[in-house]
Amino acid sequence: MGTTNIRAFIAVVMIAAGLISSGCQSLQSQPDNSLYLQLGERAGIADVVEDMLYLIVEDERINHQFKGINVARFHRNLTDQLCELSGGPCQYKGREMRELHAAMNITNTQFNALAENLILAMESNQIPTGAQNRLIKQLLPMYSDIRHL
Amino acid sequence: MTLSINTQWAKTVVPVLALGLLATPAALADVGSRIWATGGVTTIEGSAGGGLVPWAVLGSYADDEEWGGTAALSRAEVDDYTLSVTGAGLNWNNRIEVTVARQTLDLDTLGFALQQDELNQDIFGAKVRLAGDVLYSPWGQWSAGVLHKRQRDFTVPDTIGARTDSGTDVYISGSKLFFAAVFGRNLLVNATARGTRANQGGLLGFGGDRNNSYEVMAEVGAGVFINRQWLVGAEYRQKPDNLSFAREDDWWDVFVAWVPDRRLAITAAFVNLGDVATLTDQQGVYLSLQGSF
Repeated sequence: MGTTNIRAFIAVVMIAAGLISSGCQSLQSQPDNSLYLQLGERAGIADVVEDMLYLIVEDERINHQFKGINVARFHRNLTDQLCELSGGPCQYKGREMRELHAAMNITNTQFNALAENLILAMESNQIPTGAQNRLIKQLLPMYSDIRHL
Repeated sequence: MTLSINTQWAKTVVPVLALGLLATPAALADVGSRIWATGGVTTIEGSAGGGLVPWAVLGSYADDEEWGGTAALSRAEVDDYTLSVTGAGLNWNNRIEVTVARQTLDLDTLGFALQQDELNQDIFGAKVRLAGDVLYSPWGQWSAGVLHKRQRDFTVPDTIGARTDSGTDVYISGSKLFFAAVFGRNLLVNATARGTRANQGGLLGFGGDRNNSYEVMAEVGAGVFINRQWLVGAEYRQKPDNLSFAREDDWWDVFVAWVPDRRLAITAAFVNLGDVATLTDQQGVYLSLQGSF
C-alpha cells in the first residue's frame, strides 16, 4: 500500500507539472502575431471563413440559423474577428457576441457543428494543427456568450 | 476454450466491422455531432474513458439533441493471463450513458492447477454528466457513475478469501481538454475517484480477509492529441489489496488511439498489471476496437 500511494502521488505530480509548464508556455506566446502569420494573414483567414460558409450551407444541423444573413457582411466581420483574435492588424466592428446570439437558442450540437466546420475549413486550407488549436483556444471565451449560458 | 473465445470475438468483430463498412460519408452527421475523439474509447469495464480508467466523457458522439451508441471489443494479453472484453453502450443527449460489458479472464498458466479455465464477469454501468463540457468549460466536465459487477465463476475467488460474488463501484470523474497546451497540441487530462471493494476489478470477487469495506482509489490519465486522429497518453489506476493470499498491485498503461473518423476507434497499449493472483509482474499488450453509431 505504501509504494502504491507513492506511485499514485508521483503520477498526480507529473500531470500537475505538465499543466503548469504548459500554462507558462502559453503566457509567453500571447503577445506576438505568429498565429496570425500561420493562418496566412487576413487573406488566409478570409479563405478559411469562405470555405466554412460553404460547409455551413450544406449542414442541416445549423444552416437554418444562418437564413437571411448578409453573407458578404458576415464574411467580412468574422474574418476581421479571427484576424484580431489571432494578433493581426484588424478590428472587429460587428455586434457584441452575447447580444448577437441572444435569440438564437444555440444548442451544444449546433455549437459543435460550427466548430467542426471551422476545423474542416482550416484543414482544407492546410493550416497547421498547432495553429488550429491556438485559434480555437482564442475562441473559447465566446462559448458561454454564444450558447447564452 | 480457445474456440469459445474465437466465437466470442467473431460475434462482436463482425457487427463492429459491418458498422464501419455500411456507414457512408453522407451519413457522417448521423453518427453524432461532438468533436472527433471526445467520447474517449471503451474501457475494459464498458464505460467511456481510456483503457483502464473511466473518464468524465460519455461514449459515442451524441450531443445534446442526439442519441448515440458504441460497440467494442478489447483484448489484453499479459504474461500469464488473457482478458477479453465485449462491451456496448448507449448515450442519451450526452447526459446519460448506459453500458454493458462481459469480461473473460483466461487463466492461461493457473488453469490446470485450479481446474478452472476462465473467470467471467458481467458489468452493468451508468454514468451521468453532472456539469460542464470537456472542451469548452473552464473547469472541464464532471460526471458520476456506477459499475455493478456480477462475477459468474465464484469458486476460485471464494477459495482464496473473497467475500461476495457481486459488487458495485461508484466513481466521480473530471475531464478537461487544454487547447494548444503542449507545443501547440491539445492536452486531455482526467482524474477519477472510485469507491470499490473489487479484487482485480471484480474478477477475483469482492472484499476479502484483509479488508472488506469500500476504499477510495485514485485513477488518473493524460493524453496529447498529435492531431485530431491520434491521441497518445498514459493512465494509472490505484487498486485495493483485500486478499492475504496474494498481493494486488496498481495498474498502468501507455496507449495510442487512432480515430480515423467518428465511426471507428482503434486503441493499442502496453499494460502493466503488476502481480496478479501470485503470478508476478504481469505485462503485455492491449488492443481495442470500437465502433460508434
